[in-house]
Amino acid sequence: MDFSIAALLAQDGITNGAVYALLALSLVLVFAVTRVIWVPSGEFVAFSTLTLAGLQLGKASGIAGLLVAMAVVAGLLEVLSAFRQREWKRLPLRLAAWTGAPLAIAGVLKWAAPLAPPFVVQILLTLVAVTALGPLSYRIVYQPIAEASVLVLLIVSVALHFAMLGLGLWYFGAEGSRTPPFTSATFDWGGVLVSGQSLLVVATSVALIFVLALFFNRTLYGRALRATAVNRVGARLAGISPAFAGMLTFTLAALVCAFCGVLIGPITTVYYDSGFLVSLKGFVGAIIGGLSSYPLAAAGSLLVGLLESFSSFWASAFKEVIVFTLIIPVLLWRSLTSQHHDDDE
Amino acid sequence: MTAASGSPLLEVRSLSVRYGKVEAVHNVSLRADEGSIVTVIGPNGAGKTTLLGAVMGLLPAQGEVSYRGESLFGLSVEDRVARGLVLVPEKRELFASMSVADNLALGAFARRREGEAATKRALDEVYHRFPRLLERRAQLAGTLSGGERQMLALGRALMGRPKLLMLDEPSLGLAPLVVREIFSIVVALREAGVSILLVEQNARAALQVSDDGYVLETGELVLSGRSSDLAANPKVAATYLGQGAAG
Repeated sequence: MDFSIAALLAQDGITNGAVYALLALSLVLVFAVTRVIWVPSGEFVAFSTLTLAGLQLGKASGIAGLLVAMAVVAGLLEVLSAFRQREWKRLPLRLAAWTGAPLAIAGVLKWAAPLAPPFVVQILLTLVAVTALGPLSYRIVYQPIAEASVLVLLIVSVALHFAMLGLGLWYFGAEGSRTPPFTSATFDWGGVLVSGQSLLVVATSVALIFVLALFFNRTLYGRALRATAVNRVGARLAGISPAFAGMLTFTLAALVCAFCGVLIGPITTVYYDSGFLVSLKGFVGAIIGGLSSYPLAAAGSLLVGLLESFSSFWASAFKEVIVFTLIIPVLLWRSLTSQHHDDDE
Repeated sequence: MTAASGSPLLEVRSLSVRYGKVEAVHNVSLRADEGSIVTVIGPNGAGKTTLLGAVMGLLPAQGEVSYRGESLFGLSVEDRVARGLVLVPEKRELFASMSVADNLALGAFARRREGEAATKRALDEVYHRFPRLLERRAQLAGTLSGGERQMLALGRALMGRPKLLMLDEPSLGLAPLVVREIFSIVVALREAGVSILLVEQNARAALQVSDDGYVLETGELVLSGRSSDLAANPKVAATYLGQGAAG
């Protein structure tokens, strides 16, 4: 291996690592606020790429169908809970939010898709549609069992992952898709070729992380999410409802995953079931951060990305093995250096 | 039972709370009038914290709780906070890894729709009442001393502009000087129009500042009345004020 190959591999690793970092951040966020280990995050990534690829072909039936189905289920749940609590006053507003809004988004997608809007508009539509799946999945799956133990939430997450795989196959089909690159520019930096595509991915990730950091430190809602993560009872006593925090968290996390999907679209061919492997690598990064530290999770994800690209050069058949084996020394190191906390929620 | 001076702000009727098979609070009724300080005293494990938890909606309970003439049945903790019913719990439940200023800002979360100016006013009032919090506003809540933590817990609760403030053992684990400060703040709050339901083991101080009192033992009310009468009651004096034979 000479310097130019190493530089190329590093560039690849950093690009992928930036995407894993975004995933790791959303996993840490979801776990901190709701205690859910968000196994189906990868499906959001894959559905995002597939939605954008569909829009390229002038089709939006996959994502629109998924939105309609979830909107109907969420609406039924709202009616059921209103019936149980004998509280009908808030129902119209809730139906508007949980059923009306997703139906409207699905309608806009169906209407806009055949018009072949510009690429940027297609990306925006994709982000909005996939982000909407986040709060919907929280409302349908996690909110009714929000007080359950971490283990129950994990089991439900695995179940939701498989359910979403099935739904993905049903709505998006079995074919893989790739989206066109955002730019074909390349730069020559002292003999090292850097693709504009890589730069764009890294820049988008960094910008998104920066915006999220601002949100969590500067806004009341961001601080409310941090407060819920730090002290659930204290947050409730301050008037921050766990359901509200959960919904906001899943909206943000889904948005981040939607970005990931858009970013990896031009890098790799995505199938309905490709998301899991991607999210698992983000998960390794998040574990390096102990599922609690954002900077460590981001750094860990970069490490995963670099390890992946260099091992694909030396031992490409064992690429995934090497990446996932990383988790063993990391867990060993963490269990030796950190005190054990009981699940005392 | 007690003489009604104002209109009842909080009325609890035959409230019972069970943890599985154990009944921690049995058939408790009490009322807190607008503009009054009501105290519930009793030994460790009498069910005082459980009682507040049930009123706040943190624990499922049987019986009736009405607040400003409206039943609280089916309302979540957050809904109760939004209606001006605020609890400062025994464990304070602060956001330890966040700054004092952030903790206070979040106290006004339920009032976020009233605008920045209202929040700013509430914050100024809290800083005026607790100058120490202003000094420490950039410090993390977890690094504060016990007394400062209690002040921050009170300050955070006040940011929600409570009508009825429920305090669970505000003097617990604090130095005598700080305890006196906390109780003088409680009296000042009543003068500012906040009604207070005070749960205390420090019976002497609690009966001194309150209007009405209730004595809770093993989950049941055993005595109630004007606080001055309770303080003069030989049985209360013997058990809770530690002046038995001498008194």
